[in-house]
Amino acid sequence: MKFSFTDEQDMFRDTVRELFADRCPPDAVRQSWDNDDGRVPGLWAALAEMGVLAVLAPEAAGGLGMNEVDLVRILEEAGYAGVPEPLVEHVAVAVPALAEAGHAALEAAIAGDSTITLNLSGEVIVGAAADAVVHRTGDTLQLVTEWQADEATSIDQSRRLGVLTEITAADPLDGADPELAFDRAALGTAAQCIGVARRLLEATVEYVGERHQFGKPVGSYQAVKHHLANVKIALDFAAPLVYRAAWSVAHVDDPVARGRDVSMAKAQASEAVDLAARQALQCHGAIGYTFEYDLQLWLKRAWTLAAAHGDVRFHRDRVAAAIGV
Amino acid sequence: MDLDLSPQYVAFRDECRQWLSDNHPGRIASMDTAVGFEEHRAWEKVLFDAGWSVPAWPSVYGGRDCDLIEWLIYEEEYWLSGVPGRVSANGVSLLAPTIFNFGTQEQQDFFLPRMASGEHIWAQGWSEPEAGSDLAGIKTKAILDGDDFILNGQKTWCSRGAFADWIFCIVRTDPEAERHQGLTYLLVPAETPGMERRPIGRLDGEPGFAELFFDDARVSAEHVLGGVGQGWAVAMAAAGSERGLSLRSPGRFMAAAERLRALAADVTELDPRLRDEVVDAWIKAQAYRWNTYQMAADLMEGAEIGPEASEGKVFWSELDLELHATALRLMGPMGEVADAGNDWLDGYVFALSGPIYAGTNEIQRNIVAERVLGLPRR
Repeated sequence: MKFSFTDEQDMFRDTVRELFADRCPPDAVRQSWDNDDGRVPGLWAALAEMGVLAVLAPEAAGGLGMNEVDLVRILEEAGYAGVPEPLVEHVAVAVPALAEAGHAALEAAIAGDSTITLNLSGEVIVGAAADAVVHRTGDTLQLVTEWQADEATSIDQSRRLGVLTEITAADPLDGADPELAFDRAALGTAAQCIGVARRLLEATVEYVGERHQFGKPVGSYQAVKHHLANVKIALDFAAPLVYRAAWSVAHVDDPVARGRDVSMAKAQASEAVDLAARQALQCHGAIGYTFEYDLQLWLKRAWTLAAAHGDVRFHRDRVAAAIGV
Repeated sequence: MDLDLSPQYVAFRDECRQWLSDNHPGRIASMDTAVGFEEHRAWEKVLFDAGWSVPAWPSVYGGRDCDLIEWLIYEEEYWLSGVPGRVSANGVSLLAPTIFNFGTQEQQDFFLPRMASGEHIWAQGWSEPEAGSDLAGIKTKAILDGDDFILNGQKTWCSRGAFADWIFCIVRTDPEAERHQGLTYLLVPAETPGMERRPIGRLDGEPGFAELFFDDARVSAEHVLGGVGQGWAVAMAAAGSERGLSLRSPGRFMAAAERLRALAADVTELDPRLRDEVVDAWIKAQAYRWNTYQMAADLMEGAEIGPEASEGKVFWSELDLELHATALRLMGPMGEVADAGNDWLDGYVFALSGPIYAGTNEIQRNIVAERVLGLPRR
């Protein structure tokens, strides 16, 4: 029993954090909204070069042969930076599914030559400009390579949506488990939620320390302090559940126990990021309500990620079923 | 990261579980009655004789040198087994860490074994009528006279104070000094002449705490803990323990969450809103558990408990209320029935004190905001 990350895992996380800080600052996120493909130029290739895209691919297939415990805080950093790429979809779900199915598309996926997104539980796909979609039909997964979709506009400009209307070419992904794929998607999204909540809290702590009213920083008032203390508490009690869920996805074979752990994590991470977004906006006041101010990047990530791959209600129900209530 | 229990930990857990099962004393009276207090003291002795009273302490004082993980496992098993609560908790959880840190060899050798065996049950004497959240406003005076301090003043809200054998107090030894200076941590025998104690009825009517009146009460200066004038620093070291894991390990809340889960599972046609509340509380108990294991890993690598302990205090006290309030809602009209056996109601009344004692949750949130997040004090 040792609930901690290794020095190597810390270093990997720090390296990716620096990459995002360098290549994906808020200005780059905003620019991606105007690009045709909605991407940050060069970021995907840089992630491939660093090995991030290959974390969950086996070494025999040219991957790093790591697991979700190694990956979870990388995805947290993606949330922290507000990365407008289908990173969870590609890295946490599609890559291991392709590996488990022994599909040839894995090579391009870990080399950064392709981007693969998901359609596991609905008709709306994220990252509509992707090259392929891991699609669930009943108890099987398939890799959709040609499809028709109508464009849909998210409130979060960092999410390019498409509504799937027709599949014209697809390969079966035999050997890839759709339930495991869903748990990985929910886990990865929960990790992003933790990163988004952390960013919202940091930005707000900084702002209320500088903004003065009645001759004092607004952060010196107890009402503001308690809002932000509540966010910090929600965050620090959700994050361990997310790390625990990462360990379960990597090491627990029983799908009920694994699903319970993932759902506890996503439920609490969704609640934490929702609270963080509410209080961040409230403590910023009117400036936070503007399109120009960068807080909106993370507010919108919070709203969409809290609901993505199962909202609080969905995951609470799943825990209830797992524990027999 | 490794979240499996090693074979050694599994063996420890099984030994602990077996002993608790074999030695369960059954239901005993509330520790806040005269009869129940002595029954609980007797239970402390049973635990002590088997080495299960203070397992994390060194064996020389009656412990078994458990590491932090073993202690967390022990606490999980302890509360899950349903054996009586710990009348010794104030001493073991709050005072003992301070004695280990600041006590002289003589103090450690005298007090620790007696605390472990239940011979000395301790109460906390910090709060005063005018010094609650503003603890540094303590006025009880202790003036040195030869080898003794002469105490005058009043303490209040002393949990277990009605029946305890000793009280650990903070007193003002230098009235001229600044607020946080001039305080001294003093261990006071309950039978001190000149000290009168008056039990205070708690919400449920039991004498769960007491007020103490000092009228030229004479206490030996040998019983100063950590040096005259050092009381604030010594007390704050204990406050970290009080808020953090030594007072409220996750086992207690996991056991309550498991009982709540079982209660809900037995209800036919469970209201979906109530079911949501049950699941939310159950998840939060798990969140507290894993937050604690993460903290334990840090502590075992040499970290110290910092102001983050205040986050835990807010979390567990609100969780405890949520668990018990949800159970009472599940019980519906039977929830109010206070005849012996309604542990949920007793637990609810006790849980209501959680957000108040050990520093109110408002104070804790201030600490989180100022000392963890770095917001301006003023």
